[in-house]
Amino acid sequence: MSSGDFVRSMQGTATSFQPAASHLQRMHIDPILLLSLAGVCGFGLMVLWSASGQHQPTMLRQCSFILAGFIAMLVIAQIDMRLIRRWSVLLYLVAIGLLVAVIFYGSGAKGATRWIDLPGLPRFQPSEIMKIALPLTVAAYLSGRSMPPRFFQVMVSVVLIIIPTLLIGAQPDLGTSLLVAVSGVFVLYFAGLSWYYVSAVVVAAGVSSPLIWNYVLHDYQKQRILTLLDPEADKLGAGWNIIQSKTAIGSGGWQGKGWLNGTQSQLDFLPESHTDFIIAVLAEELGLFGVLVLIGLYLLVIGRGVIIGLRAQDAFSRLVVGSITLTFFVYAFVNMGMVSGLLPVVGVPLPFVSQGGTSIVTLLAGFGLLMAVSTEAKRITR
Amino acid sequence: MSRLTLAVLIVLACLLLIVWRYFSLQVIEHNRYTTESERNRVHVQAMAPKRGLIKDRHGILLAENRPSRTLGLVKERIRDLEGVLAALVELIEIEDTDLQRFRDQLRFARPFEAVPLKFNLSEEEIAILAVNQHTLVGVEITAELARYYPEGELYAHVVGYTGRINEREQAQIDKERYDGTHHIGKVGLEKQYEDLLLGEVGYRNVEVNAFGRIIREIESSDPQPGTDLELYLDSRVHKVAHDALGVNRGAIVAIEVETGGIVAMVSTPSFDANQFVTGVSTKQYSEWRDSPDLPLYNRAIQGQYPPGSTLKPVFALAGLHYGVVDENFVVRDRGWYRLPNDSRQYRDWKRQGHGTWVGLHQAIVESCDIYFYELAFNLGIDRLHDFSAQFGLGKRTGLDIPSERRGILPSTTWKRNVRGQAWFPGETLSAGIGQGYMLVTPLQLAVATANLARRGQSITPRLVKGPVSDTSARSVPNRLENTEHEWQMVIDAMVDVVHGERGTARSISRNLSYKIAGKTGTAQVVGIAQGEEYDAEALAERNRDHKLFVAFAPVDKPLIAVAAVIENGGKTGKVVGAPLVREVLDAYLLPLLTPESDGKTANTQQAADLKSEPIGAGNGEVG
Repeated sequence: MSSGDFVRSMQGTATSFQPAASHLQRMHIDPILLLSLAGVCGFGLMVLWSASGQHQPTMLRQCSFILAGFIAMLVIAQIDMRLIRRWSVLLYLVAIGLLVAVIFYGSGAKGATRWIDLPGLPRFQPSEIMKIALPLTVAAYLSGRSMPPRFFQVMVSVVLIIIPTLLIGAQPDLGTSLLVAVSGVFVLYFAGLSWYYVSAVVVAAGVSSPLIWNYVLHDYQKQRILTLLDPEADKLGAGWNIIQSKTAIGSGGWQGKGWLNGTQSQLDFLPESHTDFIIAVLAEELGLFGVLVLIGLYLLVIGRGVIIGLRAQDAFSRLVVGSITLTFFVYAFVNMGMVSGLLPVVGVPLPFVSQGGTSIVTLLAGFGLLMAVSTEAKRITR
Repeated sequence: MSRLTLAVLIVLACLLLIVWRYFSLQVIEHNRYTTESERNRVHVQAMAPKRGLIKDRHGILLAENRPSRTLGLVKERIRDLEGVLAALVELIEIEDTDLQRFRDQLRFARPFEAVPLKFNLSEEEIAILAVNQHTLVGVEITAELARYYPEGELYAHVVGYTGRINEREQAQIDKERYDGTHHIGKVGLEKQYEDLLLGEVGYRNVEVNAFGRIIREIESSDPQPGTDLELYLDSRVHKVAHDALGVNRGAIVAIEVETGGIVAMVSTPSFDANQFVTGVSTKQYSEWRDSPDLPLYNRAIQGQYPPGSTLKPVFALAGLHYGVVDENFVVRDRGWYRLPNDSRQYRDWKRQGHGTWVGLHQAIVESCDIYFYELAFNLGIDRLHDFSAQFGLGKRTGLDIPSERRGILPSTTWKRNVRGQAWFPGETLSAGIGQGYMLVTPLQLAVATANLARRGQSITPRLVKGPVSDTSARSVPNRLENTEHEWQMVIDAMVDVVHGERGTARSISRNLSYKIAGKTGTAQVVGIAQGEEYDAEALAERNRDHKLFVAFAPVDKPLIAVAAVIENGGKTGKVVGAPLVREVLDAYLLPLLTPESDGKTANTQQAADLKSEPIGAGNGEVG
């Protein structure tokens, strides 16, 4: 990383906030990240209020998860990164154990088994834990060794990535398994994975895709890809969701139909309107302006993540911050892409906007790691 | 370039791609998706118009619309469907076909929509269901307007009926106009004036959700009810004619001389038109269709009978016009007639004849066949044809209901074209007494009689008086004219048919307060079309002569012309037309002619006109 000048100029900016920041610094809080996240969550709640049909229990649930997430974030922000690095492997093993347990004891819905009930804990998806555990573990493994990673280390990392990916994929939850895999791959990427491997993987993916199509993907997964290519082919079946979401987005125009006034969303034409397809509600009611505001807020979060990554003091922190930030972006991108018909429909929620329990907590917990890194960086630069 | 910089660039590129995607959907293709979303949201519901009413000349309803109640079940409100169905079957009679149709429809119905189980509930069934309402959650009774004929049988042939639109009609109608309408006029006035009666469909734009449930109404345009038809028909006179025919097969047509308006048009036996509205059962329909009495068939316009002697006044006028006969012309009547060079004897109905020398007056009054054999023979069939054609015979009269038959007015051309044979002189003799090939409908007879009453002006008959403005010339003077004296001779003879001592209808002259001009007729039935495989007794009955009578009255200022046909002389064989016609004339004329009538109605006005201005020849058109 050769961005010393950039870091210094940003420090200058930070000093202008000194009086307020110093107080927050003592609480291990990164104010810009906190405000951006609060902004996204607030905006998300506003959209969810409309998308859920002003359903108060839903809102209460969402608020409590956000609150729990923020608490988790602030707690994690207090933890020393070295400690986190030490315990990451254990977290990984626990997560693997839970994923195996899901296969045998899990409960599910719509033909997929994703949840697990543990006594004394709310029902949750073990795959959520893996979203954090995997990048931490791969980063912990690679940061202790020479960078860029050698062949053997790459292979170990790949094994670390593939095990949870397959376990989650078997639930089946293609979207999450790919996103988990991606979070691990991002660690490899930031660790300086040789372009030789990257191109090899791309070629391998290209070659194996017909095999994946024929032997790995379930029929409904293939259907989703076919639907993306031609939603009109099955208007009332698989194509219905995507046609209705595009209609909702397109009919929103520049300014939208007004908050709570979206016809597609309020009259139930839009399926999954408060979960995966919530961006269509936003686009219909608040228009392109609303979409740009959300993208702007996401950019703020991602930008802050990039800066924290730049300032990170050690390789482990840098890898973790880079992976979490980029994975967050991928969430947003995949969701916005699939709802607008750019990408196949995979079950990826829109971060902080879609109704969702554990995923919000996981996301915010991840940003807690960013805050921990940020705190550490500031303490050391001081 | 560092890994982070590359990642940031890729992130920005991807976000740009997303922004472009949303921009293209929301700005570039905005209009297309707005249309799509509106199409989702807004449903157009058709509201069927109220069908126009049909009233007689006094405003009495002959066809109206009544709420017909339908029993329906709402799926989403019923927990135990089979239980509710079983309970309903216990309470009211539900046919298996209804149950089957209900189950078929239920599968495709939306959960909040009532699926019809039974149509046209009776008052009793509604009461039973109301009492048990608390146990029947999700069972609904809805009302929609259905055609109703208060006197189902009385006007079935004239008014006709409506019925469910069938596939053939579906292909022909303007789908938009019939949106929400399930019935269409099938026969009679209902068919003829379908366009007016239907009205204009209304629309309701409603906002619906994805499941089709109506959220609210956005806008609506009310349906425009169909036009009410007012008929010339006088339900009182019509009913008298109907009752006069009673159990006998036959038809009576009464026509207003001045306007051509149909005052009464009865065909017996009849049928209940209401049954067709709700869907007649197969059993009932085949019963009607297969009955030897042919109740579904409108004898007044579809029944074709030999006119018999009823047309003798017309033939007399023909003879006078062409100079074949005159006031002093007499025929020697020996009870039979023989053509030159032919040994065959053509007999008179009266075996011994009507006396040695018979003139025109006596020939009409006593209905002497020999005179008309001679007249017809001297006239020739083609001149007989040409003259009679002016009276509306052998062609449709143009009455405003469909399915009218033409009848047959034979001529040499007709026989060559239709039979491919030459005309024989003997056939002219048959034609001269209204037999042989000659066939007329009761309506044609009434129209021809109206022409006599108008002294040589044909008139197109009409059922509907208003509000249709019919500006076409409905009255045309005869091209082949007769002098006033000739008219007087013929009409005087017709008066003596009723009022003369030897008149064939003298029996009805008792207690008459006005003068009738009439003519009796008897038509021989030779293997009539509708009589098929019946036992000997029935066959004999159906081979008896038809009895006919035509008349107009009052003679000085004719108001009404009537024609009656009694098939086979009725059930007893002794029923004749004249007394029936007298009843109809009385029913129509007595209220007009008696001074104590209240002076409010239009009829009274007509009675006042009676004293002035007779309907003169050449008096052009009648409004």
